[in-house]
Amino acid sequence: MKYVDEYRDPQIALAIAEQISHRVTRPWVLMEVCGGQTHTLMRYGIDELLPKEIELVHGPGCPVCVTPLEMVDRAIRIASLPDVIFTSYGDMLRVPGSQSDLFQASANGADVRIVYSPMEAIKIARANPGRRIVFFGVGFETTAPANAMAVWQAKREGLRNFSMIVAHVLVPPAMRLILQSPTNRVQGFIGPGHVCTVMGFQEYEELTKEFRVPIVVGGFEPLDLLEAIAMLVAQLEEGRAEIENQYSRSVNYEGNLTAQRILREVFEVSDRKWRGIGSIEDSGYRLRDEYAAYDAERVFGLEDLNAEEPKECISALVLQGLKKPVDCPAFGTRCTPMRPLGAPMVSTEGACAAYYQYRRHA
Amino acid sequence: MCLAVPGRVLSVEGGDPAFRTGNVDFCGVRKTVNLAFTPEVEPGDFVLVHVGFAISRVDQEEAARTYGYLKQIGALEDEGLAPKDGQGDTP
Amino acid sequence: MLKMTKATVSFTCPAPLSVTDRIVLGHGSGGRLSAELFRDVFLPLFTNPVLDRLDDQAILRIGASKIAFTTDSFVVKPLFFRGGDIGSLAVHGTVNDLAMGGARPLFLSAGFILEEGFPIEDLRRIAASMANAAAAAGVTVVTGDTKVVEKGKGDGLYINTTGIGLVPDNVRMSASQARPGDRVILSGPVGDHGIAILAEREGLEFDTEILSDSAPLHELVAAMLDVSNEIRCLRDPTRGGLSSALNEIAAQSGVGIQIEESKIPVRDEVKGACELLGLDPLYVANEGKLVAIVAPGAADNIISAMQHNERGVQAAIIGTVGAQRAGLVTMRTAFGSTRIVDLLAGDQLPRIC
Repeated sequence: MKYVDEYRDPQIALAIAEQISHRVTRPWVLMEVCGGQTHTLMRYGIDELLPKEIELVHGPGCPVCVTPLEMVDRAIRIASLPDVIFTSYGDMLRVPGSQSDLFQASANGADVRIVYSPMEAIKIARANPGRRIVFFGVGFETTAPANAMAVWQAKREGLRNFSMIVAHVLVPPAMRLILQSPTNRVQGFIGPGHVCTVMGFQEYEELTKEFRVPIVVGGFEPLDLLEAIAMLVAQLEEGRAEIENQYSRSVNYEGNLTAQRILREVFEVSDRKWRGIGSIEDSGYRLRDEYAAYDAERVFGLEDLNAEEPKECISALVLQGLKKPVDCPAFGTRCTPMRPLGAPMVSTEGACAAYYQYRRHA
Repeated sequence: MCLAVPGRVLSVEGGDPAFRTGNVDFCGVRKTVNLAFTPEVEPGDFVLVHVGFAISRVDQEEAARTYGYLKQIGALEDEGLAPKDGQGDTP
Repeated sequence: MLKMTKATVSFTCPAPLSVTDRIVLGHGSGGRLSAELFRDVFLPLFTNPVLDRLDDQAILRIGASKIAFTTDSFVVKPLFFRGGDIGSLAVHGTVNDLAMGGARPLFLSAGFILEEGFPIEDLRRIAASMANAAAAAGVTVVTGDTKVVEKGKGDGLYINTTGIGLVPDNVRMSASQARPGDRVILSGPVGDHGIAILAEREGLEFDTEILSDSAPLHELVAAMLDVSNEIRCLRDPTRGGLSSALNEIAAQSGVGIQIEESKIPVRDEVKGACELLGLDPLYVANEGKLVAIVAPGAADNIISAMQHNERGVQAAIIGTVGAQRAGLVTMRTAFGSTRIVDLLAGDQLPRIC
């Protein structure tokens, strides 16, 4: 596959790892932000190739993991209504809410359907005028334009039976949270390549200046990540703290302006609660008032449905890179992909799931 | 969820930019992709596709440059030399 | 500016979900949930030495004969797909379960659960397909049954086939017989069936059509048994893919299995479709492939025999059995690192066979 296979070349991977070994003189703690990057690292065992001075910690870039408990509860509430067809990306179906998850709701009779694109939900809405179709709009900035497009399209067509639960989260505020924490150990970041494809990397440049920390925007194939790590190590060894772009075949400084335009048209920035972390100001998207008729939470009157997050568990620490999945006492025993205690064990991009699936110290 | 896959645009349809779609080839698999965010894309271009939408056009020159550089590292490490590092864009 | 709910970030975690009290789709996936369901609900009630072996077929002594006996139900959606349909699948699936026990498949039964309103023309097509598949496989459908349920209660058509065959006396294979040193053989490229089904569902088109690999394997098995009596076990990697089959063997035999990523054949289009859909070919269903665990000295002969059979042309040794990491399947990646090939909890793709 072009632009994929060549970035999985094992010989070059080992060569880059060698190069990093030659360059590194002291320990460095690096974080890859995006869950998809975590999975690549685990799947190819890239941490095994790196010198022991490099410690990789995993970031909060798993939108499924950070979707708050009450969002899942609201989704289940809506899905359980008899006239609703509830559509969602597959990942969200097994994420635990307070009592249940969408998979169980489906077992109890709810019409829950997995879609690969929000436009499929639009198609279902057109084909089922007597039903109400709701789409679970989870994701970071990468997915937001597609979701915005679906809402824009629905409005343009006057599709009265379609609405979306908007649960979008933004990466820079999460990184800011990590960088501001007094216990932060992360010294360099691999920036989220596909988020930056959409948004550009100006916000990340601001972070490098504000916190004096290097950020290299990285792709998702093994060579991309290794190269991004090599660039970070070079910066750290040289005492630089700059923004660099490893993923230049897809990312540029401004990002995708067309996509950003649709985002501005349909969404506005709002405060958002992150599961296991709490509310972060200006860290998510909500639908603008002009699109209120397509906002499922407003349409179904569930904005005030809240949930207690009762138990102590360390998924928040994992999501902020302060702990590893294997540090969790429940990891692999009381908490497994089959019986997840927290979302990072369920999501295909969650750090805990990645560790369990590929590594698991049995 | 940030899964985005590169594919080659075989053909393009639709005049209205908001509804422009492309038939995109992914290593022998073909799928219809929404091109609303990449109005500049033409047949023969490569695009990065996420949840049914092209989110960017792959910059083939940049890709060639990056990959060429990586291949070099591969070759030089083979010969036991440590090449110059620090490749990439700084605006 | 960052604002937080307390002076420091509060760490919380969702409440754990209690054990599920209803069937979820994942229970039908052939993965961990399926295994749990069987173990928790059925095994305690039906336990006996034959069932407890958890092989794909039951091997029974009746008089002087050794009989293989198996059953399988088919709920595949869509009913018609490239390379087959629910009818041919129903024949091949059961024939193969018998073949995995070393049996010569002889007789099948066929039970149909039809939904009111199902087009008889479609039923004719499916029945014809079954008849052709049975004839080609040399088995006879000797008995059957038909039931009809009300519209809305049956999703078109479900088929159950049950089969019996004869096992030669000297053939004794089981998933519990793998030993350290044994080799792991795969008969051909993986992922074709699952991708063919998904392609139908998702409207994917291919340059070179991906067809379901649905096919009878008993002649391939016979060819293998002809050259060796050191085949420990055979498994066809259907639901849950290669991963499920190998994990079951590792668990039943109490051994570790290590496979080499670079040795596992996968067609380019299947790779492409998997990339696109976020799937791992190791977990995608196959309906015309087998995995064999064989003694190390016998591997080369067996491969040779397989490659001379139309169903084993791309047969390859993909790994070895070891004593380390018992019960686990691991894979050496092209990078030289090792990762676990875990049993998935639920399903990548529901209703795949």
